[in-house]
Amino acid sequence: MTDLTRLTIAEARARLAAKDFTALELTDAYLGAIEAANGALNAYVTVTPEQARKMAVASDARIADGKAGALEGIPLGIKDLFATEGVHTQACSHILDGFKPRYESTVTANLWADGAVMLGKLNMDEFAMGSSNESSYYGPVKNPWRAEGANRDLVPGGSSGGSAAAVAAHLCAGATATDTGGSIRQPAAFTGTVGIKPTYGRCSRWGIVAFASSLDQAGPIARDVRDAAILLKSMASTDAKDTTSVDLPVPDYEQALGGSLKGMKIGIPREYRVDGMPDEIEALWQKGIAWLKDAGAEIVDISLPHTKYALPAYYIVAPAEASSNLARYDGVRYGLRVDGKDIADMYEQTRAEGFGQEVKRRIMIGTYVLSAGYYDAYYLRAQKVRTLIKRDFETAFHAGVDAILTPATPSSAFGIADQELAADPVKMYLNDVFTVTVNMAGLPGIAVPAGLDASGLPLGLQLIGKPFEEETLFKTAYAIEQAAGRFEPKRWW
Amino acid sequence: MSVDLATVKRVAHLARIAVNEEDANRMMGELNAILGFVEQLSEVDVSGVEPMTSVTPMAMKKREDVVNDGDKAEDIVANAPNSDRNFFLVPKVVE
Repeated sequence: MTDLTRLTIAEARARLAAKDFTALELTDAYLGAIEAANGALNAYVTVTPEQARKMAVASDARIADGKAGALEGIPLGIKDLFATEGVHTQACSHILDGFKPRYESTVTANLWADGAVMLGKLNMDEFAMGSSNESSYYGPVKNPWRAEGANRDLVPGGSSGGSAAAVAAHLCAGATATDTGGSIRQPAAFTGTVGIKPTYGRCSRWGIVAFASSLDQAGPIARDVRDAAILLKSMASTDAKDTTSVDLPVPDYEQALGGSLKGMKIGIPREYRVDGMPDEIEALWQKGIAWLKDAGAEIVDISLPHTKYALPAYYIVAPAEASSNLARYDGVRYGLRVDGKDIADMYEQTRAEGFGQEVKRRIMIGTYVLSAGYYDAYYLRAQKVRTLIKRDFETAFHAGVDAILTPATPSSAFGIADQELAADPVKMYLNDVFTVTVNMAGLPGIAVPAGLDASGLPLGLQLIGKPFEEETLFKTAYAIEQAAGRFEPKRWW
Repeated sequence: MSVDLATVKRVAHLARIAVNEEDANRMMGELNAILGFVEQLSEVDVSGVEPMTSVTPMAMKKREDVVNDGDKAEDIVANAPNSDRNFFLVPKVVE
């Protein structure tokens, strides 16, 4: 029998329906792959084989009864940020030690309702704060990709590094992820996978450990555009438990694939041509422009003048919201407790030991910018700049632009424990320079693999769309995928 | 703007994070690097610009003012590091 983990979700779905193999066989193939690879890659922090097999057996019964759901029998990995009932949910932080929620997040509940199978929980940067997956309490994830002829370990990006690595290494058919400043799109670009951050409000945030509530959105990472479309359809919903969840029906995203791009206008923002950007990234961008032109789209130059202010504004807004959201970790209600001489000391000792460096740094920045006397100068100003960033996009869309094409990241994957990046937090933050604008404006963005750099590492392009027009993104990304092809790492693990 | 060591310690206390001298010194450097980076926002003209309160223009949803959940005390304390008969236990706070 062929290796079942090589199949896309669409292929597995068809062959399960044709009864070529069972959901249990498919799940066992993935569990075997995880067992063989996870020691090297560290993509999963917990594997749930018993639960997975039980869910797969139930899927087989539903397939036999002709009651298969949209994702029946498809084995998925779940980012550790999603609450999964009775299963490890710790945002890869020490402070949530032993936390097993008594409830299920809306997004994962939607997936199980459609018949998907949970393989386990995926590694990530602690509380989704990071761009390299190195801030995880459970150690870094290794990128399944290595430079041609090299054996240096590379990061898979972050914060959804475990999700991206597991998908790229075929340790799950697809994965859930979340994106606050680029945490779906940057790791997707670093691993040759497809990742979409939908419009703010499209996926319910209920049951997802909160980082920055006005920016957080869930989305899928998958091996191709079609699989991402299939997964988002199941993940998205209207949810009364999230007041920012939108009252719009979820379209059948897969139907959007394959249409002509004739009549579409694609904007190329001049401000995304940043100083020091490698020639390879510029060349990739030009290739993307040529592909979309060939597919019938019209290319127009646009200006998004406030682009350079998105990242500094983000590093005020996101830490401010994080400092408030993470106030709940106090050693009383869940997770780690470190005893102190009184209750205040207990709080301080617990948080000092429970949070990692990057999380502390952001809580401190957030606390500072919200503190008396600084609120107007920092937080209020950042929120005003955010209005201007959103206005830039609205102006472009108003002028008839349907989607915007940019590079996904300023470079390919970098090495684990990179000295230069470790020494300068701001340098690490610059990884999100092309993705963070999208979160600030609440727009949908998709990263799609577009080629390899000179050392053989994947590079991605990003498409940014109008609010709730994910279909346009899928359709356009599909055209890029058709032209660029797909990219698989050479197995070394 | 930049922060000094006393400010770092004050903010750490506000954030309820214990720091020693070494932590505070390191954090001071990191915080000042980040504050230096965000400083460029001061060059943006924001006069007459409304601060963003919501990325999507939508009225906040309100549910009916009725009890529709509850009776889950056991679930709520299930993950507590220390609890007794559905109470969270904390160090003594009242003498």
